Amino acid sequence: MRRVAVIGAGMTRFGERWEEGMRELAVEAGVRALESAGVRGSQIQALYVGNMSGGRFIGQEHIGALAADYLGLNPIPSTRIEAACASGGLAFRQAYLSIAGGEFDLVVAGGIEKMTDVLTGQATTTLGGAADQEWETFFGATFPSIYALMARRHMHEYGTTEEQLAMVAVKNHDNGLKNPYAQFRKKITVEDVLNSSPVATPLKLLDCSPITDGAAAVVLASEEMARKITDDPVWINASAQASDTLALHSRSSFTSIPATRLAAEKAYQKAGIKPKDVDVAEVHDCFTIAEIMAVEDLGFVPKGEGGKAYEEGMFELGSDISVNTSGGLKACGHPVGATGIKQVAEVFWQLRGEAGERQIPDAEIGLTHNVGGSGATVVVHVLSRYPDLRQR
Amino acid sequence: MAEQGSIPLIWRRYPQRYRLEGNKCENCGTYFFPPRLVCPNCRRRGSLTKHVFSGKGVVESYTVVHVPPDEMAGQEPYVLALVRLEEGPVVTAVVTDVDPEDVKIGTRVRLAFRRISEQGESGLVCYGYKFAPEKGF
Repeated sequence: MRRVAVIGAGMTRFGERWEEGMRELAVEAGVRALESAGVRGSQIQALYVGNMSGGRFIGQEHIGALAADYLGLNPIPSTRIEAACASGGLAFRQAYLSIAGGEFDLVVAGGIEKMTDVLTGQATTTLGGAADQEWETFFGATFPSIYALMARRHMHEYGTTEEQLAMVAVKNHDNGLKNPYAQFRKKITVEDVLNSSPVATPLKLLDCSPITDGAAAVVLASEEMARKITDDPVWINASAQASDTLALHSRSSFTSIPATRLAAEKAYQKAGIKPKDVDVAEVHDCFTIAEIMAVEDLGFVPKGEGGKAYEEGMFELGSDISVNTSGGLKACGHPVGATGIKQVAEVFWQLRGEAGERQIPDAEIGLTHNVGGSGATVVVHVLSRYPDLRQR
Repeated sequence: MAEQGSIPLIWRRYPQRYRLEGNKCENCGTYFFPPRLVCPNCRRRGSLTKHVFSGKGVVESYTVVHVPPDEMAGQEPYVLALVRLEEGPVVTAVVTDVDPEDVKIGTRVRLAFRRISEQGESGLVCYGYKFAPEKGF
């Protein structure tokens, strides 16, 4: 396998983008990524686009063709990748594999979701499609309720509290305040979260990520190409993916996401690092409980100690491992198919020292963690300033 | 849930949703609900036979849903639970005939056949399993 680097990143402001449709958002992010990389569209050899549900949100399928068409990239191959909320992370992985395997040298991986053209009920129903339609959703499960079932069990087994869940949202809003791309640039308190309306107990409105429009794109290059174009590449040291049962009820655990543990172990092994070596991580906090499970499953804290870690401020900006410096899905927003790419973009900026007000000092190793559904698909990437972390 | 209304889509799941028909792998002894088409442990070495579950179970986790899917509008707040059937598999289902406050992890429940939802513009009425507390059933 060849070495692969990220050499550019761009994204749109995430939020309720009523003035723009999907194609405007795709072009905005794509052009910014090419500008960041300093390459021309004519040099790009392939495009991978993460999108969960253009068909249900705006009646548009064939998103790969739409993106290539409106970015002016025809006739290069353009492929849409779908894995629910992990669509973006998986698009990034496919782009990586296409270069590592030798097919291409310069590829764009993008992600996009236009969610606000439907009413909230329809958006909720569409997102429910990430769960098992016949055996979860049919019987009354909503997406928040599935994570609520995990939260309740986590509280039961480990003593995790609603206050600790709230602290995840508070921390991510603090970070979002410093991110010009974030949907919510608003400080919130633990009391605000606890007093917000119940969605599926113990989860309340402010425990949940929002409905968001947005797009993000990154440019990937083979080692040879990257060295020609830039002196400042960010290397992809590991790409790993794991699958689990579609429905939560068939899993071996209700208090962790086993596919996260498996993908992370594989990623750490490939990269030659330990969890504590990570400086900055973008993890999948679709709900506050999801971030607590993520920091446990990624090995940042022992199982069951995630909640307590937030009381100690362990994952705040500038701590040993800064988690969700972008504001995460919670505050930066969650345009489903774009999220996995936004995570890579954020880590890219942190590692290059381009993260502005939210920049953490001396970031060398970053991790992205993107979850599809309630954990049926997980993609983990390790990125760093070093082409080979074993020789750093 | 999808904006549905297709009768075969509902009809083909009657045995599972009306009678808790699942299956069991005779090779490894694992029970499955919903039924598996291939035993994930044994794959082609497996041998699946029909098993009708007793309908007795225990709540492993629960949540009170305040924002329901459109098809269940008006039923909120309702308790959604992970119910571990006595044979082993866990199902996602509503716990009914109970004050939400009385459902806890460990509550013993049993199968209760109920109306689940009305789907799509056609208003197709769907039935299936819910669970009710065993005490006072």
